[in-house]
Amino acid sequence: MLQVDAIHTFYGESHILQGVSLNVKEGEVVVLLGRNGAGKTTTMRSIMSLTPPRHGRIGFVSRDITRYAPYQIARLGLAFVPSGRRVFSSLNVEQNLRLAQRGNREGGSGRTIDYVFRLFPKLAELRTRRAAFLSGGEQQMLKLGSALLADPKLLLLDEPSEGLSPAVVAQLGEWVRKLRDEGISILLSEQNALFALRLADRGYILEKGRVQHEAPARELLDSNEVRTYLGVKFSQSA
Amino acid sequence: MSVESLAVELLSAMTTAGSLFIIAAGLTLVFGAMRIANIAHGSFYMYGAFLVSTIVSSFGGGAFWVSLVAAPLIVATLGMVVEVTVLRRVYDKDHLTQLLATYAVFLILADLAIRFWGAQSRAVPTPAILSGSMRLGAASFPVYDLFVVGAAAAIGLGLWILLRFTLLGWRILAAVEDSEMLAAKGTNVRLLYTMVFGLGALLAGFGGAVVAPLQSIDTGLDANIIVAAFIVVVIGGLGSVAGAAVGAMIVGLFQALGILWTPSWAPAYIYLAMIVVLEIRPSGLFGTAEMA
Ligand SMILES: Nc1ncnc2c1ncn2[C@@H]1O[C@H](COP(=O)(O)OP(=O)(O)OP(=O)(O)O)[C@@H](O)[C@H]1O
Ligand SMILES: [Mg+2]
Repeated sequence: MLQVDAIHTFYGESHILQGVSLNVKEGEVVVLLGRNGAGKTTTMRSIMSLTPPRHGRIGFVSRDITRYAPYQIARLGLAFVPSGRRVFSSLNVEQNLRLAQRGNREGGSGRTIDYVFRLFPKLAELRTRRAAFLSGGEQQMLKLGSALLADPKLLLLDEPSEGLSPAVVAQLGEWVRKLRDEGISILLSEQNALFALRLADRGYILEKGRVQHEAPARELLDSNEVRTYLGVKFSQSA
Repeated sequence: MSVESLAVELLSAMTTAGSLFIIAAGLTLVFGAMRIANIAHGSFYMYGAFLVSTIVSSFGGGAFWVSLVAAPLIVATLGMVVEVTVLRRVYDKDHLTQLLATYAVFLILADLAIRFWGAQSRAVPTPAILSGSMRLGAASFPVYDLFVVGAAAAIGLGLWILLRFTLLGWRILAAVEDSEMLAAKGTNVRLLYTMVFGLGALLAGFGGAVVAPLQSIDTGLDANIIVAAFIVVVIGGLGSVAGAAVGAMIVGLFQALGILWTPSWAPAYIYLAMIVVLEIRPSGLFGTAEMA
């Protein structure tokens, strides 16, 4: 479904991604692990063409999207859920959602705002609240909800658990499973390795802009390599 | 001073404010969405006024109403051409390059205006139904002034509806905040920018068209208006339409009072207004620090 082939991405002159290759198959949940600054966010930005790679190739649903503009990639069914508080804070919840809704594609899932409100009843209550005034967890729901309305085939979730309380992180895990069951493939990046590996089918470990290791999630959960690469973070959460 | 003459002065202040608001709203929208301080905005205003004078002088006074629609539309088209050919190339450049680019457009449009309309100033007669004054007690209000204030209110209402209730308006607000995420959600931001710039030019053109009967129309209009429009936008807060409305009223009032009290110092008053506001709120009345 997604095929990233030896991409090299730069911010100005700094060479950040140095030949990253990875793939996500239909129906898979894949996790990108790595320390701060390893290049997880940059990988996602490269896939969305927000920071287009200088070399390499990116394929999505058997198209070469390397030179596509971000909006064209989005319309093909790739939805990016950035980390942090990136909702449109001057708009209210409903406006954020309606903005995200793409005209229902042929053969699309036809998800509606009502679907999002059923999945996240809290959002229905907060419908007219400005997104600026939502809590971190509520913003996460809003970001997920808007991504779903774009009718994605593949979700890119950048550090979804960041800043959430343990209870909400557990909820998040359930949402991700539900989406996978609805047929959406997922690529997520995480600092919280334990949480991510329990969700994922497969994982990649990024270090300094390179893929150091790739393995099924179950294997990574037990491996010493993960402990070495992710060090403290892993043992803390384990 | 009598109550009547004060009311008349107030109306004249609001007329100035109204026309300033129409122009400044376009300027601030473009700045908010694209972070471009468009000097050529004054040119669009001048073209609006010139186009009205051409249409009225070729088709007669009855064509005024048509020109009020046609002139802004022509100017909007011109604006979109400018956006596609010039501005698109400088969005990712530094502010100085952007400023130089819009200044170049300003100079080119000024030259073309002299070529099309000559250096002589023109006048547009006030349409018959809007000429004369309305008497209210001892005060008499020019009907056309009331029309300008009404037009500004209608534009304000229209923009409010646009930004509050329409998908296009939400997209504009979203682009102001985070154009990258908007693109990642499937909006063609390039096209949106062209439309916003066209809307900005439309407003400038409409502003010029509406005030055409109130002033002599010549090739210096562009530079005069752009300074005042920038002051209004800075007072109100860059990127804020509501701010442009309040800023326009402040500038209109200061100007009117200035003329009343110390006529020879009148032009200094709007700078004074700006200095006072920025002293209290450095990013303008409705501005946020990150916008400025
Ligand atoms: N806009 C930018 N300009 C210059 N360098 C950047 C920019 N964004 C990120 N970098 C650098 O690129 C490298 C990779 O950053 P990236 O954000 O992809 O890491 P990450 O794996 O997502 O880290 P984190 O877990 O902290 O989010 C870092 O060294 C970072 O300093
Ligand atoms: Mg990151």
